[in-house]
Amino acid sequence: MRQIFDIHGGIHPPERKELSDPGFVMDCPPPSKLVLPVTQHIGAPARPIVEVGDTVLGGQMIAEAQGPVSVPVHSPSSGTVTAIASRAVPHASGMTDTCIEITLDGRCEWITCEGVADWRAESKAVLLDRVRLAGVAGLGGAGFPTAIKLASDRAIGIHTLVINGTECEPYITADDTVMQCFAREVVEGAEILAHMVGAETILLAVEDNKHEAAEAMKDASAHLASAEVVTFPTKYPSGGEKQLIELLLNVQVPSGGIPADIGVLCQNPGTAMAVRAALIDGKPLTDRITTLTGMALGKPGNRRVMLGTPIGELLALGDFNSETSDRVIHGGPMMGFAVTDLDMPVVKITNCVLAPTRSEIPPPQPQQACIRCGLCAEVCPASLLPQQLYWFARAKDQEQLERHNLMDCIECGACAYVCPSHIPLVQYYRSAKGSMREASKEKLRSDNSRVRFEARQERLERETAARDAKRAARKAAAEARLEAGDDPVQAAIERAKAKKAQQEGEQ
Amino acid sequence: MSLLHVSSPHIHKPFSSVEQVMKQVLLATIPGVLVMTWFFGPGTLLNIIFGSALALGFEAWALWLRGKDFKSPLKDHSVIVTATLLCIALPPYAPWWLIAVGVGVSVLLGKHVFGGLGYNPFNPAMVAYVLLLISFPVEMTRWLPVVDLSNIDITFATALQIIFTEQSPYQIAVDSLSGATPLDIMKTQIGLAQTPELIQQNSAFGLLAGQGWQWVNIWFAIGGLFLLYRKVINWHIPFAMLFALTFISLITWLISPETTASPLFHLLSGGTMIGAFFIATDPVSAATSRQGKLLYGAGIGVLVILIRNLGGYPDAVAFAVLLMNLCVPLLDIVSVPRPVGQTTARADERKSAP
Repeated sequence: MRQIFDIHGGIHPPERKELSDPGFVMDCPPPSKLVLPVTQHIGAPARPIVEVGDTVLGGQMIAEAQGPVSVPVHSPSSGTVTAIASRAVPHASGMTDTCIEITLDGRCEWITCEGVADWRAESKAVLLDRVRLAGVAGLGGAGFPTAIKLASDRAIGIHTLVINGTECEPYITADDTVMQCFAREVVEGAEILAHMVGAETILLAVEDNKHEAAEAMKDASAHLASAEVVTFPTKYPSGGEKQLIELLLNVQVPSGGIPADIGVLCQNPGTAMAVRAALIDGKPLTDRITTLTGMALGKPGNRRVMLGTPIGELLALGDFNSETSDRVIHGGPMMGFAVTDLDMPVVKITNCVLAPTRSEIPPPQPQQACIRCGLCAEVCPASLLPQQLYWFARAKDQEQLERHNLMDCIECGACAYVCPSHIPLVQYYRSAKGSMREASKEKLRSDNSRVRFEARQERLERETAARDAKRAARKAAAEARLEAGDDPVQAAIERAKAKKAQQEGEQ
Repeated sequence: MSLLHVSSPHIHKPFSSVEQVMKQVLLATIPGVLVMTWFFGPGTLLNIIFGSALALGFEAWALWLRGKDFKSPLKDHSVIVTATLLCIALPPYAPWWLIAVGVGVSVLLGKHVFGGLGYNPFNPAMVAYVLLLISFPVEMTRWLPVVDLSNIDITFATALQIIFTEQSPYQIAVDSLSGATPLDIMKTQIGLAQTPELIQQNSAFGLLAGQGWQWVNIWFAIGGLFLLYRKVINWHIPFAMLFALTFISLITWLISPETTASPLFHLLSGGTMIGAFFIATDPVSAATSRQGKLLYGAGIGVLVILIRNLGGYPDAVAFAVLLMNLCVPLLDIVSVPRPVGQTTARADERKSAP
């Protein structure tokens, strides 16, 4: 048994996982239309390569990656492009973004997909290119382009691959279901990932509330000497990448750094499965397992959902009772954001759609005064002082916020969960972080203009000096000539006279 | 349907509110208060009831003056906690005006002049206690001997009469009803060159410390353990305070057993336990981080012994707490914890580091 290490803080909210019956994938008929945002990942948006009116097949690329940190988008089924326009997309800010709308023809025709014959024989570059072209981005929630993560060329090589099956957020059972129903695919995906980055050890990390998933992982990885299933006590947020790494390996990822800095790569089980599909089946990422849960649904459960399916249609599949509910959450109840528009689609990062009843998740209570009880500091997984940050955020004291390491906050919400005064702490931190980013951008801009201004001043001075020097040189030369009896004015008069005399002579 | 647009997290810990915190603190004072009632009669209980009613009135008045909504803050029970802690610290059968002045000062000057709940740099109950102690030393030291040691039976009716008329029904001066507390006796007798061992032969002393007082302290400590168990308070402040208090008193006792009382006596005398578990743990005026709390608690423990042994007052919890309240901004600066993944605690330390 591997030793498990302690992480700071954490909470034990009611898990409510049984509600979505993990371990079963329910039927999910294709919707009538799909709305595919060009940005479903962190990085530059993909560029649409289809036009309105084009017919597309399933698996066909409809938007290509722009720049290195970007992933393409593929059509999940066959149909016609009916719009390329700005639509509401899943984002905490409730923003809109370019989306490609495809009206499906119901024939589900696909392009022919071809995988690599033997991934062990292929070069890393070929494999990476395949992963990138298949549009794989982290399915755990952040949506970072997987190929970029795999291509990382740090001085220290990757020694450990962690498959993060923690799924510590209440309600969500998507990863649990993936690990139970697609155990073989997840383990094979992990093998490929480990091969690509040269990791010697594969840790399949599962919280101890997912007994079946852990057993499935054990069975599927029994043949691999390098793989080990690690279970550990359920606590939120053990599934945070940095928290999980400390919990498993007792090392901390440096602030502002990534796990690769200490030789670790973390991947979600769904991502591992998507990488496997990309290489072995040659299939791009066009669907995912999403948990549809909450007491406002008659038929909650996990479904294999086509990317681009409007959340409203998905809710209808789950027998959504809008009478009893006044919010729909994209993601989990701790870090997910409220859906502002039910036409918003399911994207690569949509691990859960939560539709609670009003009594299940009541509206937020009014904020009371902070009594500095310190419960927030006890539960903060980043070992910050949330109550101090709250005061500084209210005072807009950026110097103190920076000094107290606001940027190390992972916005897990544990502080706000326990706060007896019901202060929406995370909201204060998000807003303060935004202002700080803005301020540092502003500083960068002003620094740049200062540098430019100083360079211009210097250039002007240089030019003036050069002009002065030239003028002085000319003056000196003229004076020298004058002294030598060589008067230029007199010479010009002579020249003019001579010219005139010549002209007269010609006439 | 209209969709709520609210920020994460969407769920909140059940039964977690300021009101719940305050209720549990009040609940935890019950054993200690009952023991005080057992030993000193119903005086403390009446103080608390009268003081709490006044406190609610002052709170509502202050909120109204400040133009704030005064319905929901009244429901959070915080002002009742302040009044209760103050009234426990006051002598039983203190005259009504003493209680009124004390509660008024704690609510108005201790809290609202700084901006109300959460903004006060000093423990409001201790601000009022110290003000009363300095302004009205006679009334503030009018503690009764424990019931067993006095031949007068005090009923609720007599208690009310004493509190509101300052007349005792026994045709004797209220002053002559009162007696010195064990801490007083210890202080004056040591001043008269008696050894603590001999002083503890006095009938005002029991097996461990002062007669009655030892049990009051033990039961407040039990209430405190309940708060620890319920995670309303953390162990850092009480542990650090009691450890420092024991450690310093042990050293002084070992060096000079003829002139200083034993650590056990200090632990179970006066306001030690209520101070450690109920007063020093007031989060608003205490240090923030774990390390800060340890320093803060230890500071109180050291100051209590210093003032009890060297100062002019027999007890010192209130002074020690207020003095350490003063140090909190400094403690908060030096005790920032190191965040996960960082090399140092504060960002400014990293910049200066090579």
